[in-house]
Amino acid sequence: MPKITYIESNGKEHVIEVASGMTVMEGAVKHNVPGIDADCGGACACATCHVYVDPAWAEKTGESSGMEQSMLDFANDLQPTSRLSCQIKVTDALDGLVVRLPASQH
Amino acid sequence: MSDIGRVVIVGAGQAGGEAAIRLRQLGFKGDITLIGEEPLPPYQRPPLSKKYLSGDMPLDRLLLKPVEAYAEENITLLTGKKVVWIDRAQKKARLEGGRELAYDALVLATGSKVRELPVAGADLPGVHVLRTAGDVDGLRPVFQAGKRLVVVGAGYIGLEVAAVARTLGLEVTVLEAAARPLARVTSPEVSGFFLDQHVAKGVRFELSAQAAVIKGEDRVRAVGLKDGREVPCDLVLAGIGILPDVALAEAAGLTVQDGIVVDAQMRTSDPAIFAIGDCVRRPLAQYGREGRLESVHNAIEGGKIVAAMIAGQPMPALEAPWFWSDQYDLKLQIAGLSAGYDQLVLRGDMAKRAFAAFYLKEGKLLAVDAVNSPAEFLGGKRMIERGASVAPAALSDMSKPFKEIMNAALA
Repeated sequence: MPKITYIESNGKEHVIEVASGMTVMEGAVKHNVPGIDADCGGACACATCHVYVDPAWAEKTGESSGMEQSMLDFANDLQPTSRLSCQIKVTDALDGLVVRLPASQH
Repeated sequence: MSDIGRVVIVGAGQAGGEAAIRLRQLGFKGDITLIGEEPLPPYQRPPLSKKYLSGDMPLDRLLLKPVEAYAEENITLLTGKKVVWIDRAQKKARLEGGRELAYDALVLATGSKVRELPVAGADLPGVHVLRTAGDVDGLRPVFQAGKRLVVVGAGYIGLEVAAVARTLGLEVTVLEAAARPLARVTSPEVSGFFLDQHVAKGVRFELSAQAAVIKGEDRVRAVGLKDGREVPCDLVLAGIGILPDVALAEAAGLTVQDGIVVDAQMRTSDPAIFAIGDCVRRPLAQYGREGRLESVHNAIEGGKIVAAMIAGQPMPALEAPWFWSDQYDLKLQIAGLSAGYDQLVLRGDMAKRAFAAFYLKEGKLLAVDAVNSPAEFLGGKRMIERGASVAPAALSDMSKPFKEIMNAALA
């Protein structure tokens, strides 16, 4: 299973095995990683699963969609590699992915 | 409140689950027991009428967390168990079968029950409701292309089910007692848009029409209307709303008035008992009144507040109420409550299937219905949370991105 490293804003790391086909958001929420709220459960309806993709992985995780981009525009502390983690689907190609979590989702 | 050692949470839906997990995230070290009547650990209800019904989301993704996650957080999860009595004097909750659990703080997250169709024949095979994963598991095997479905009630659940049904190839008729769909929750303009979208997808509507009887011998054969006509069908889905589940609270003598009455800290009339989620009537911070909210936002926010109160942490910031609905390729996102609006401002073009309807009262923004328009939803939500007033002409100015309009209104 692909391993994903989630780094909280305080630096604490969580290395989680996430099944292919799940989203990066689900990997965090289902394993109690704090810092991703994902209130809507992955429906791209709430913008509370904001993450920063490690720049080395930005190309592999792909571009955000128009809807996602519009929602990210309202996120706090937007950065060039900001994504909504409910919109990043885990594949074997993302084994080793590193994402950082913002200090707050609200 | 560091003297709280034992927390019992009655109801393992999204609100109860959130409260339990959030308590641990806030560092609460005491005992947590989470009790649910359904056989499953806490799961998301919104996909039930969307991707879970269509078969696009399996059960393991519906669960908010895998069942092991509760043990990992040292939360005792009791599923398939019913609390039948609360002894407030002894501070004990009694389970069916007689087992008693002592508490220092009790959280009622009992949710809601579906309103049953109040007509003869509603108990015939083929008549379904949609509230639990079990309900959908019972519906999905017969939810097949070519079947004739009558949806009773054109609220969100009814329209979402109609959308899934048309996508899967069922024939669909929607009955609605009011003169328009979504009458309870939105404006005539937005109702008209959704009506047109469903009609274009082949849904038939009977508006201002009421079911009088469900006909059939061994199973449902038709729905009889009050005007005497019949709509032949193979399946009926009743989506006529939910009622707060207040039975335990009432029996315990707590104040109940269309929901368990709570204060801003989610405390009931007994200071040792909190209530959260669909079952409560709570102060609505942005609107200066009380109300009941049937939503994920309300479930999560209640869980956060109650966890903070029990763990002795500061009150979390409150959000404006928000909701969403997916129908076909339309994403409707709603912030705020539009009841009592005196002006509607449209931004965008309904014909392009991307627009927002803003609702104002005396110039102050009350709510926004945003269709395929996430910026208007998120920006509108922030404006509502800040109590912003805004000129109608500014809202409808498409020459500017909405974020700019929001920033100007909040400046």
